[in-house]
This record gives sequence, structure tokens and C-alpha cells, in this order.
Amino acid sequence: MERRKVLVEGIAKKVMLVAALCLIVPVLAIIAYIFYKASPVLGLDYLWGVPEGGGTGGGIWPPLIGTFFLVLVSLCICAPIGIMAGIYLNEYAPDNWFTRIINMAVTSLAGVPSIVHALFGVGAFVLTFGMGESLLAASCTIAVMTIPVLITSTREALSAVPMAFRQACWNMGATKWQTIRTIVLPNSISGILTGVILEVSRAAGETAPILFTGAAASIPFMADSLGDKLMPYFLGDKFMALSYHLKVVADKLNDVPEAMKYGTAAVLIGLIFILNSFSIVLRMYLRSRKKW
Amino acid sequence: MTTHINFLDLSVYYGSHKAVDEVTMNIQKNEIFGIVGPANSGKTTLLKTINRTLDLITGTRTTGEVSIDGTNVRNIGNVNHLRRRIGMVFPLPVGLPLTVYENVAYAPRRAGIHDKETLDELVEQCLKQAVLWDEVKDRLDTLGTKLSGGQQQRLTLARALAHQPEILCLDEFSIAIDPVTTMKIEDILVQLKEKMTIVLVTNLTQQARRLAGHVAFLNASQLVEWGETEKMFSNPEKEITGRYLNGDFG
Ligand SMILES: Nc1ncnc2c1ncn2[C@@H]1O[C@H](COP(=O)(O)OP(=O)(O)OP(=O)(O)O)[C@@H](O)[C@H]1O
Ligand SMILES: [Mg+2]
Repeated sequence: MERRKVLVEGIAKKVMLVAALCLIVPVLAIIAYIFYKASPVLGLDYLWGVPEGGGTGGGIWPPLIGTFFLVLVSLCICAPIGIMAGIYLNEYAPDNWFTRIINMAVTSLAGVPSIVHALFGVGAFVLTFGMGESLLAASCTIAVMTIPVLITSTREALSAVPMAFRQACWNMGATKWQTIRTIVLPNSISGILTGVILEVSRAAGETAPILFTGAAASIPFMADSLGDKLMPYFLGDKFMALSYHLKVVADKLNDVPEAMKYGTAAVLIGLIFILNSFSIVLRMYLRSRKKW
Repeated sequence: MTTHINFLDLSVYYGSHKAVDEVTMNIQKNEIFGIVGPANSGKTTLLKTINRTLDLITGTRTTGEVSIDGTNVRNIGNVNHLRRRIGMVFPLPVGLPLTVYENVAYAPRRAGIHDKETLDELVEQCLKQAVLWDEVKDRLDTLGTKLSGGQQQRLTLARALAHQPEILCLDEFSIAIDPVTTMKIEDILVQLKEKMTIVLVTNLTQQARRLAGHVAFLNASQLVEWGETEKMFSNPEKEITGRYLNGDFG
């Protein structure tokens, strides 16, 4: 009997290991393949360079910094709204029909496909609010798309703080806000920020939300001016972005060398990986500081 | 002797379940008032009506009233102010995820005390009163959550004392504490009652007998009877009271 249990345990372990490998092998294979194909162009010149001949040659800097700006501006819009809404819903909202409607809306919105958000962005930001096709309109669209997910991840981080801590504070006459500020937030902020960065960088890697709201196939670029290179787009400008640039070079231009296409993909993956590793580092920091 | 806390026809419902059933009794200033009764009899619920933390649980309803110094607690506008007048120690020990020092300094800081010397003094005094000082004085900066269960329990006691409450409610405070330390804390409670009124919920009827001036016996949500401790133990009006207090209940 004992021997059988040990045997079953051993088999179960192996099966699960295989499942985990099934997950990781394709991912590694895809990344390796892309970087292998991109290797002829990858280099500082490529990263820092400006596209030439409509993307057939040159570098990738304008879409790279465009995506970076997109992440930055979207973060500034959706982080405060998402985090505050999450705090309200988790810590303050009474359990009534109004809260239930909001919760339902949040859950449903999180499941809406990104192309629908994109069309909403066109209607609301580009047309109605008169932002035109611009970095701002695209960032707002990304923000709208991200906020429901952010609310959910914020709430998860907040609920990981045990209820008993809050009760202890309330029993000492601390107000709800004092409790949140002194106990709840310090112990959940890393989790909240992790969620924010993950979600925004994921959204910024998508093409749909920026397709009609501000992304441009190419923008005349002063190749030698440093100022122009570091601050190429203002909020009202159309901009280049990696995901859209990839779409353009991948399916519109037959004469783009293969390495250029894979290069774009590799840089996109690299950028998102770097953003994600921020949140991984944050999370590791959170674990090391775990206080109970 | 003046009345400090007065319960008048107090009933508490959790949804449709009546957890406290028309309790009327009063607690004198500067006494230790014992509340005893079997599990689920409503003891903890009764404590939560005093500082209105019951309001924080959805689906509760109370009728009747609790008043402190003659003022209905419902009519106290600033509920946090009310809660600062009352120290609560619950059986589940919860050290906050802060240092030992900051655990004790938590309530004073929220009340606006920031002077370091005053805080230092207060922290030391409260930790001594909770018989924890000797064990933690060299590591005030370790996390409260990393103390042992019994130490955390005493930490919650120190924390409750730190806002210098006029009423101290203890809910089975000695559950995780060894008998020797419990005796020391009991001695301190006797001293503390000079300064505050103590409501002591306990499963140890002998503890109530040792400490309390008056004892109330709750059973199945109802107040069976309450009165002077010696009379309750030796000559109660209801037969069931005598059986419970002298340990042959059930
Ligand atoms: N948050 C709650 N929601 C619903 N019912 C509750 C809640 N808290 C307590 N009750 C119910 O109220 C009744 C009294 O509970 P209470 O905690 O006051 O008992 P107690 O006398 O303190 O018991 P114990 O000696 O086990 O601590 C119980 O039947 C319990 O199920
Ligand atoms: Mg209880």
C-alpha cells in the first residue's frame, strides 16, 4: 500500500514536470528562433538608427521610443485611476446593488477584445474629444483597455493583506484611510505596481488599440538631431510604435529583408521583457520583505 | 460607585440569527466585570457593541442601547473617537506587520502624539504592563508578526493600553499565555482597574472569580443572570448558573 502511494506520487510529479516543460519549450523555441533570424541586424546601430527606404533598411529607434512613450503616458493615465478604483472597491464600497453593478462592469470590460476598445477609442478620444489621431488618444485607449484588469489586480493585491490587520487598527480607533495608509498599502504596493507594469506593457505590445488612434507607418525624422531623437513625439502628434511597425514591415512591404522583420519582433519582445523584469524584481523584493 | 457602561434591552442580530437577546445590565466605573458563558453564547458580540466595531460587519442589526457615562454610543458622532476610549483585546493574537515598537506606538501616533520621548515612555510602560517588556526590550525593532503566539497576545494587550483607554475589554486574553505569565497579568489588571473599567470575557470561571467584582452569565444568547461575584458562585438564583460556574455543565 505504502509503496503504491510512493509510486503514484512519483508518476504524478513527472507528469506535472512534463506539463511544465510543454509550456516553456515552445516559448523558448519561439524566442530563440526570432533572435536567431534577427541576429544579422541586431546591434546598437539598429537600435539607435532611423528607418530608411520606408522600413527596408536602417534602424528601429523611432518606433522603439514611440512604444516607450506609449507605455509611459498610458501608465500616467491608468495607474492612478485603476489603483484608486481598486482601493475604493476593495476597502470602502458597501455591499449594495451599485457596487455589484460596478463589479460586474469591471469583470465584463476585462473580457472585451482589444479591437472593440480600439473602436471605442476612435469614437471617444479621436473624434468626440477632438484629440485626433495622436499619442494622447492612443494612450487613453490603452488606458481604458487596461483599467479593468488593473482594478482586478489591485484588488487581489489588497485582499492579500489579512482582514485581521484592518480589524486590529479599527479597534484602536484608526480611520479607514489611516489603516489603508499605514498597514494595507505598505504591504500591497509592490503587488499593485507589479500588476500595473505587467498590464500596461502587455497592452502596449498590442497593435489593435493604436491602429486607428495614432500609430503612423512612418514619420519624417531628423536623423542627426539628438533632441529630436529623444523627444520625437508630443502628446498631440502621431507616432511610430513597435507593434504597428512590425505589422507594416511584416505584411505590407515585400521587399523588406527578413532580418529587418525579425529584428523588429526581437526588439518588441526585448522591450516588453525589460519592462516585465521590472515587475519581477519588484515582486522578488516584495517576497523578501514579507512581514507575516 | 457610578455606572460606566449600561446595556438596556440590547439585542443583536446577524441576519436573522439573534446572537444577543435583550440584555440589560450595568458595569460600574473602576471595576473588573466578568462575562462568562459557553461557546456561541454571544460574549464577543456583546463586546463589539461597546466600541461599535459590530457596525463594520455587514448584515448586523441592533436594538436597544449601550451607553457609556449615560451617552448612547449611537449618538457619539466620531466613532473613531469612541474607539480610542476603549481598548480591545481579542483572542486571536494579531501583531501588526510593523515593529514591536510601532505596534505599541500605533494608536498614540494616530491620535497625534509624535514626540519621541513621550512615545518611548509610553511604549515601555505599556509593554511592562503587558508583561512583555523583559522579553522584547532588546529587540523592539523586530516585526510584531514574528513574535510567538503568546507574545503577540501580550503585544495586543500593550497596544490596547497604549491609547490609555477608559474601558479595557479583554476577550479570553490568556488563551495562548502560560499560567505563570497569566498570573502576572492578572496582578496588573487589579492595579489597572484603579485607572479604568475592565470587561473580562473568560472561559476560565476561576479567573472571573479571582478578579471580578461582578459576573454576568450568558447562555444561548441570553443573559441568564448577573450579580456580585461571590453570590453568583455560591448562591446563584438560577440552578444552571451554579452548575456552569462550578464546572459541571453540559
Ligand atoms: N461575523 C458574524 N457573522 C455571522 N454570525 C456571527 C458572526 N460573529 C458571530 N456570529 C454568531 O453569533 C453567535 C455568537 O457569537 P460570539 O462570537 O459572540 O460567541 P462567543 O460567546 O464569543 O463564543 P466563544 O466563546 O466561542 O468565543 C454565534 O452563533 C455566531 O455564529
Ligand atoms: Mg468569543
